[in-house]
Amino acid sequence: MQILGTADVILDQREGVPVAFLNNFLFIALPYISMVVFLIGSIYRYRKTGFKYSSLSSQFLEGRKLYFGTMAFHVGILIVFAGHLLTFLFPTATLVWNSHPVRLIVLEGLAFTFGLSVLVGMTGLFLRRVGTARIRTVSNQMDIVIEILIALQVVLGCWIALGYRWGSSWFASDLTPYLWSIFKLDPQINAVVAMPTVIKAHIVGAFIIIGLIPFTRLVHFLVAPFHYIWRPYQQVIWYWDRKQVRNERTAWSTHRPRNN
Amino acid sequence: MDIRSQISMVFHLDKCIGCHTCSVACKNIWTDRKGAEYMWWNNVETKPGTGYPTKWENQNIYQGGWVKNGDGIELKGAGKQKGLLNIFHNPNLPLIDDYYEPFTYKYLDLIESPAGDDQPTARPVSLITGKPIDIKMGPNWDDDLSGTPDFARNDPNFKNLSPAEQEAMFQLERMAFFYLPRICNHCLNPACVASCPSGAIYKRGEDGVVLINQNVCRAWRMCVTACPYKKSYYNWHTGKSEKCILCYPRIEAGYAPACMHSCVGRIRYLGVILYDADLIHKVASADEKDLIDRQMDILMDPFDPEVIASAKANGIADSTIHAAQNSPTYKFIKQWGLALPLHAEFRTLPMLFYVPPLLPVMASVKEAHNKKQAEKLSPISKVWDDDWLYNTATAEIWGTVDQARFPLKYLASMFSAGDEEKVKDRLKKMMAVRIYRRFKTVGDISEQKAMDALKDVGYTPEMAEDVYYLTSLAKFDDRFVVPAAHREHAIEMLEFTGDKKGSAGFGFKEDTMGRGL
Repeated sequence: MQILGTADVILDQREGVPVAFLNNFLFIALPYISMVVFLIGSIYRYRKTGFKYSSLSSQFLEGRKLYFGTMAFHVGILIVFAGHLLTFLFPTATLVWNSHPVRLIVLEGLAFTFGLSVLVGMTGLFLRRVGTARIRTVSNQMDIVIEILIALQVVLGCWIALGYRWGSSWFASDLTPYLWSIFKLDPQINAVVAMPTVIKAHIVGAFIIIGLIPFTRLVHFLVAPFHYIWRPYQQVIWYWDRKQVRNERTAWSTHRPRNN
Repeated sequence: MDIRSQISMVFHLDKCIGCHTCSVACKNIWTDRKGAEYMWWNNVETKPGTGYPTKWENQNIYQGGWVKNGDGIELKGAGKQKGLLNIFHNPNLPLIDDYYEPFTYKYLDLIESPAGDDQPTARPVSLITGKPIDIKMGPNWDDDLSGTPDFARNDPNFKNLSPAEQEAMFQLERMAFFYLPRICNHCLNPACVASCPSGAIYKRGEDGVVLINQNVCRAWRMCVTACPYKKSYYNWHTGKSEKCILCYPRIEAGYAPACMHSCVGRIRYLGVILYDADLIHKVASADEKDLIDRQMDILMDPFDPEVIASAKANGIADSTIHAAQNSPTYKFIKQWGLALPLHAEFRTLPMLFYVPPLLPVMASVKEAHNKKQAEKLSPISKVWDDDWLYNTATAEIWGTVDQARFPLKYLASMFSAGDEEKVKDRLKKMMAVRIYRRFKTVGDISEQKAMDALKDVGYTPEMAEDVYYLTSLAKFDDRFVVPAAHREHAIEMLEFTGDKKGSAGFGFKEDTMGRGL
């Protein structure tokens, strides 16, 4: 087993087996479990209960409070997520960008601002959900659970941005290799294990949320309607193409009726 | 030429008595569910009135429909750019309070309350939260309330009427109203389809019914904004939009839609119309003054050999073409030129048509000396001391149209994109048929005058008889001319029959042998 590196062995000796086991569980097993659950769960839910794939918008019942919550949350989370994704995909570019102090501070400042935006938005949405009678009736327990988890995750994120600078740089140099090693099926957790607890909690929180996605309304981001951009405006569906069916040569061979 | 078939409906507003039977029939079949309580796929509005949802016709509020953009058109409040930018929060979405908060009553309190000094009451409770509410709105809250300041006077169709004209309409003696039943228009250029980011909404090629695929709808709720008629409704419980399906399961089986079947006044006509899909974009982008004419042009003559050939080439069944030739809606819309679309200026090419109401318009008011009449009445009966009387006389053929009690401008803003002449033309035709029939049955009008009236509107006596028949005497089969889906096609809408080869229907299913069948 190449799973445990030499550093882990040293850690084992220092802190004992339970800690090593915990680290292996949190940073190796949990990521794989949550990603498998996410993948299979999302696909299964999409194929088996397509009816339940919805953003379940509650704007219809309450619009004003939603505006401030949802805009702050969505704009913030899109930018923060894009930041995480880009650093994961292009760590070298991030480090090059950060090599200039002004650019580094601009990046960190933006990240923290939008992190705060997510936090403010999430708080607003949570208060709206529990504080508005109409919204309470369309909420389920999972909505509350996932909103609390996301709020905690964002608190951790903002805390990290404030307390452990400069996150964009060490994310690129330390965490990106760890995440890549997971995707390469050769997990290297040395760097992660050595991180401060807050950062570890943030990582674990991320994987828990990913694993919960198929069980929550978060699935709506998987069906974000990008195809709308390329689609013609009007859509006509024929149950079956009668021109084709009238042609005896193509009647059954080329064409199956389109059922919805 | 790309001929397609479309099921269209004509509402004869002169015959609508505003009984809401259509709405209730529809509600009982389709929207009696959690999250759909507030939806009325079919509703009947009193005009002038604000309608349901409140002021739906005012697109400055709801941003529905299409607007002209250079030579083409674009969605007013949705579309690729606006729709995706507003996807997190749609600023133009009507909220539940623009319709009404659905409610029921605590009926059990009436029988379960303990004995006491007071009569128990059934308090209204919200069907959303279950908490007691004060009912402020309902689906037909403004029923028969013409002239009221909160409803009738806020009718968006008054935008072109001067304050003086509006006041004239609301004088107690001159007050008039009519009913407007509404369902989904199953438009040729549907804004809901175009606005749906998920692509869940589509128009059925076979009969033009616009449907929402419930498995694909993701609650981006753009269709609610885009539909200028506000006939796409958001189900707050399931997180899916829903709309009128023109009772397609009934139509496929050869039955009329529930709203039509239950219509007490027999105001509805349902029939097939052949149209040229190649023209849709051109028609939808026409200048506002040409919109009505262009929309009439797109509806093709089902007897034209070229149209028939193109329809057959497109795979339209002979039974459908035959139905189009006998279509009552084609007669009303094209042959007789009596029906007009509702708010053509929204540019969705709606496929419901309305014969404008003649009665409230024509029954103008004349001064009369009612005092003498009142003196004749017994002392306990109501004393009638005003000097107004409805004037339904036809001394001058078209005099009453011009001195209408109901400004034509008002009707024109609803039915002809503001063109008063178009509405007037329809009203004159209906009046001409009345004059002709009065000559035939009552006989107090000279033949010369009746023929002049018909000639004036371009009708022959035969046409007038046909209009009279279809308006007043028509049996159900004359009003509902839609071919049932072919049995062999109907099954293929649901499954691929090739899969069943070798099983029941294509041979002997093994199981049935075992059971001795």
